Amino acid sequence: MSDGLIWHRIQFAFSITFHYLFPQLTMGLALLIVLFKSLALRLRDESYNEVARFWGRIFALNFAMGVVTGIPLEFQFGTNWSRFSRFSGEVIGQTLAMEGVFAFFLESTFLGLFLFGERRLGPRGHLAAAVALALGSWLSGYFIIVANAFMQHPVGYRLGEDGVLHLESFSAFIFNRWALWQYAHNMAASLVTASFAVAAVGAYWSLMGSHARHAAICLRAGVVAGLASSILISFPTGDGQGKMVTKHQPVTLAAMEGLFDSGPDAELAIIGQPNVAARRLENPIVVPGLLSFLAYGTFGSTVHGLNDFPAREWPANVELLYYSYHIMVGLGTLFILVMGISAVLLRRDRLARTRPMLWVLMLAFPFPYIATTAGWWTAEMGRQPWIIHGLMRTANAHSQLVNPGDVVFTTLGFAGLYLLLGMLFVVHVLKEIDRGPAASH
Amino acid sequence: MEAVWFAIVSAMLAVYAVLDGFDFGVGVIHRLVARTDEERRTVLAAIGPVWDGNEVWLIAAGGLLFMAFPRVYATAFSGFYMALMIVLWLLILRGVAIEFRSHQDHPLWREFWDTVFSLASVLLAVVFGTTLGNLVRGVPLGKDGLPGMPLFTNFRPGREPGILDWYTGLAGLFTLVALAGHGALYLVWRTTGPVRERSLAFARTAWKAVIVLWIAATAATAWVQPDAFFNLVARPWALVFVALSVAGIWGAFRFPRRGQELAAFLSSCVFLLGMVATALAGNYPFWLRSTLDPSYSLTAANTASARYGMGVALAWWAVGIALTAGYLTYLFRSMRGKVGADSGAGY
Ligand code: HDD
Ligand code: HEM
Ligand code: HEM
Repeated sequence: MSDGLIWHRIQFAFSITFHYLFPQLTMGLALLIVLFKSLALRLRDESYNEVARFWGRIFALNFAMGVVTGIPLEFQFGTNWSRFSRFSGEVIGQTLAMEGVFAFFLESTFLGLFLFGERRLGPRGHLAAAVALALGSWLSGYFIIVANAFMQHPVGYRLGEDGVLHLESFSAFIFNRWALWQYAHNMAASLVTASFAVAAVGAYWSLMGSHARHAAICLRAGVVAGLASSILISFPTGDGQGKMVTKHQPVTLAAMEGLFDSGPDAELAIIGQPNVAARRLENPIVVPGLLSFLAYGTFGSTVHGLNDFPAREWPANVELLYYSYHIMVGLGTLFILVMGISAVLLRRDRLARTRPMLWVLMLAFPFPYIATTAGWWTAEMGRQPWIIHGLMRTANAHSQLVNPGDVVFTTLGFAGLYLLLGMLFVVHVLKEIDRGPAASH
Repeated sequence: MEAVWFAIVSAMLAVYAVLDGFDFGVGVIHRLVARTDEERRTVLAAIGPVWDGNEVWLIAAGGLLFMAFPRVYATAFSGFYMALMIVLWLLILRGVAIEFRSHQDHPLWREFWDTVFSLASVLLAVVFGTTLGNLVRGVPLGKDGLPGMPLFTNFRPGREPGILDWYTGLAGLFTLVALAGHGALYLVWRTTGPVRERSLAFARTAWKAVIVLWIAATAATAWVQPDAFFNLVARPWALVFVALSVAGIWGAFRFPRRGQELAAFLSSCVFLLGMVATALAGNYPFWLRSTLDPSYSLTAANTASARYGMGVALAWWAVGIALTAGYLTYLFRSMRGKVGADSGAGY
């Protein structure tokens, strides 16, 4: 591809995947901080405040990374996808701008107050700042998801004679059904990430035998929130997302499931490797009829396989799509298991003494990041070959006048810079965790 | 409707220049006015709680430009691909330098991040100045609305434009000095002791340089883009912005002498607001002016979104900006006063 399309895709995919490592923790953590602050107020227990302050420091580091990696994205719609921006800016630009005007101002203002104003604000004021912070980050999630949902399932627009999209109904656009499901699922995922992180730190302190009181608080909050969100993520939200895909992107569904032949009683593949050239799934382990049930609610319904669609409508990379999807769903199932067992132990007051389970919890925290990233790759690759489903192809969307060589150069630049930042970030977070909750500096 | 949105986006950019402007200015003079670790922590504590919010004005302005003038957003951002990528990297470095420094105990690392912070701020100030220079003077947009090369320079002293040439370079220098003076007055207002003394001394010199450079930049603009002046004279309301600039610079000289620190800082805000507004008002209706053929230019009218979308956006924008004004007022009020030992807790 001499016009650089592939590099635009790599650059965007890389920078957005990296960006989202940070907000997914922020959004869930903001809610848990609110929880800690309100428990501190209700129980009059200073330990909760110390835990909240500790997570506030992690939050701040994470937030800073989210901010600096988010700004490039805002620009990249124009720099890398100029034809897409010109075509859809009137519609998508609405929520992108709203995100800035409503969410980012709120978040950034109250983060400053939350971090530096505890003494001036007093306990109630400080709780209010935490609530405002959480509200800001959850709003920003919604606005960006609406933009993405429009690309998955465009509604509320009309195609003008000038060849660009115009907004036809603001409310249809902003309350896109796809967006509602996607948001619910995505925010549940964000809570999973945060709960696992909180539980992991609790487990680490327990194993180290330090900060016993704080470790117990983190373990309890992490496990309870983790179990609730792990359940929410598969049902109803994952299921709801799946039904949207079935209805509006049947090719994508077939590719995600590795289903080539259509038919009733479609089977759900638990394991297997898609062989696209031969159009079949190798070494599968399947559950008969389950896919029909999940997609349509009855075992007998017909699910369309990839063979029903011309190959040029297929997502460009069926294998990667299939694996991403199965990693997400597989991990999701494991999360329920891990948090379920931990919750049982917690109820019997044995979690803090069951060292193997503490090890599991401590080492589990990276997996929600993997599941979330895999989920987004599923969504984004599944949308291919469209950038806006049914309206504009990705191949017609990038900035043609940018030199491909420049994009290669800047992609490498981002890669190097982000690698460095990522390492520094990890070092700092580890240091904070070692310092523990009581220390302030 | 497009005039309203031109004004809104311009206003957001002008506010951005004022607010993030003092962060840049503080960064530029950081290593000069603060020598010990404690002094540097004070300086960082003075901008720590606000720099991120200040940067949001840029993000929000970008989003609004995207929504209201998609073609300008698409053309300008892809046309200046390399220049923008450099801005992005600098913004990243600036942000992490502020945040990481505070989590670092070792003096060597702190020294490192202080330097990164200063360098990034200097370069950003210059780059934003050259950008403004390019907007005022115009760029060689072709029929397809794009300049031919990603980062072209032209060091000859003529009227032929390069993204970076003597004219835009002058604009960059002017911006650098003006923002340094602006940041210095911010520190005079927010700090005490030696940092305040040094900032005050620096501000005196800087504002003298601002006047000299202002005259030079104005003369240069008159030569490369006389239209900017005809436009201003043809729109008497735009002269208000010129008056604001003059008033601002007068205040930036006068108030520090009388110890009115807040008034001095506000004057420099007014000066910057006036300058950016003058430049953009003189440019209206052009977003990007083509130096090859005026008909290739991107104007507010030929790039605007349709009425319905802009109308809806106007409604929510008004609500959103009112809310924002509310909590920003609250934030600045609650930080009122000098940065002391306790407010520097995180830095
Ligand atoms: C912790 C992370 C996590 C976990 C455990 C799951 N998901 Fe998920 N999933 C996401 C995180 C995620 C995500 C990253 O947040 C996505 C990407 C887009 C979105 O809104 O959510 C997503 C998208 C997504 C989609 C949309 C794909 C598309 O748009 O093409 C479907 C159908 C599912 N998920 C279904 C499920 C099911 C049935 C799960 C069962 C356990 C599941 N997900 C677990
Ligand atoms: C944070 C989660 C996200 C991740 C990990 C992600 C990942 C990706 C990946 C992997 C691609 C490349 C797909 C390909 O070329 O095959 C891509 C493309 C793209 N995504 Fe996302 N994405 C995310 C969220 C979003 C959101 C919220 C938006 C819109 C607001 C968006 C807009 C785009 C655009 C415009 C492209 C380029 C066109 C294309 O390749 O289809 N993405 N993304
Ligand atoms: C699933 C996709 C995304 C979600 C849920 C999301 C959410 C968030 C959140 C919660 C923040 C606050 C900072 C943080 O928490 O770390 C943030 C920061 C940011 N995001 Fe994203 N984001 C996503 C993708 C994108 C995309 C596609 C863009 C580009 C338009 C973007 C642009 C930004 C910007 C500019 C910031 C910095 C805001 C500031 O200065 O406060 N994000 N994002």
